[in-house]
Amino acid sequence: MYPRPFFYHRASSLQEAVTMLSQLGTDAKFLAGGQSLIPLLKLRFANPKHLVDLSFIKNTSFIAENQNAIRFGAMTRHAEIEHSALAQKIPVLHDCAAGIADVQIRNRGTIGGSLAEADPSGDWANALITLDTTVHCLGKNGERSLPLKDFVTDAYTTALAHDELVKEIEVKIPPHGSGGAYIAFKRSAPVYPSASVAVQLTVQDSVCKEAAIALGCVGLTSIRAGEAEASLRGKSLNEKVIETASEAARAAADPQSDMRGSADYKRQLVVALVKRAIQIAMRRARGERVEGSHLYA
Amino acid sequence: MPENIAPQKLDVTIRINGKTYARKIEPRTLLVEFLREACDLTGTHVGCDTTYCGACTVLMNNLAVKSCTVFAVQADGADIITVEGLEKNGKLHPIQKAFGDSYGLQCGYCTPGLMLATHQLLAENPEPDEKQIRKAIAGNTCRCTGYVNVFKAIELAGRNMKGASVGD
Repeated sequence: MYPRPFFYHRASSLQEAVTMLSQLGTDAKFLAGGQSLIPLLKLRFANPKHLVDLSFIKNTSFIAENQNAIRFGAMTRHAEIEHSALAQKIPVLHDCAAGIADVQIRNRGTIGGSLAEADPSGDWANALITLDTTVHCLGKNGERSLPLKDFVTDAYTTALAHDELVKEIEVKIPPHGSGGAYIAFKRSAPVYPSASVAVQLTVQDSVCKEAAIALGCVGLTSIRAGEAEASLRGKSLNEKVIETASEAARAAADPQSDMRGSADYKRQLVVALVKRAIQIAMRRARGERVEGSHLYA
Repeated sequence: MPENIAPQKLDVTIRINGKTYARKIEPRTLLVEFLREACDLTGTHVGCDTTYCGACTVLMNNLAVKSCTVFAVQADGADIITVEGLEKNGKLHPIQKAFGDSYGLQCGYCTPGLMLATHQLLAENPEPDEKQIRKAIAGNTCRCTGYVNVFKAIELAGRNMKGASVGD
């Protein structure tokens, strides 16, 4: 399958890429890792006249720690995050990166591309929303920084202007006593998850002080399960409390029936994933090392 | 793009199995088409053509990629290894030999892709356990074997390559 013909432009800096897109107009698109865009072009769901390739720009792929935060260059591949010792400081990052699609796609796909595409079934936006995440963007009027919650505005829609790109992603390292987990459930490796859940808990003397729960693939964007979060705060995290939270998450989910399962099935999946993610997050909040990642049917 | 405008043609140079291939191509040319049509290297197969099955897996700068989901222009200047590059001086690569010895293939269509995914795995981890093997080839679909003999082949290849360099 071939995409429609297009003109290819290779940018040598992010600034040049922005200028190119600005001059080429709205029929132009950025090409990052291409693991979502190339399939869309081949199916001719997307038909840009021009593609501006970002992959030859130097210093756009890096993982660095600075001021209690981990910063990612937008072109950092999922596999680089999966294998990064630094990214392990926030276990959710490893949970997410190590399970996205398969080895081949993780070798090409980028964290910046995933966020900029804002696929409702994408992994990164849902994994990062429970953390303090900032998206640094570059446009023709310079740089601006947005909290992730203001960055993704709708399905496949972000706050980015047409000629603006993601430059860096910055994730604050959660404080001591805080633990998180990200679990996605998939039918097989290369497909998008049927549902995914991110949880971040701050626990003190076995009482939950702070809770964040986000549900992915079950709405147009990642959904914060506010009632489920509230039901955990101030409580000692026993089985009954976790049960109550997972039922509240079921009510917050807004899934559609599709090839990945019926809406009811996905709500049930949310309940199970919230329980598992809370249990892993609790143990990590206590300082335990727990493996967690994507689950396969 | 209006049809009366001539398509853009770009010069691309890719090193494949140690040999340099310079070609003039349309930017929409996929890496797998570049290999098969422009370089006559037909060992890399097109399976699903939708980024799922992994039959088109090749190594790009030592990393496994699905060549149906990379434009050839993006591989400009890159080092590519295809199944044709595994054999050296008429001698099968230990991965190829292990797939044969363990009956890790039947129809063989997915095998070139599986062997290159295996190549990345064993370069990083010569003694993978079954869980690690499953994860490493989760992007490769085989409709014949049921995978059991594929796992055996990968373990065997790892054992046979211990001490030897994976690149050999």
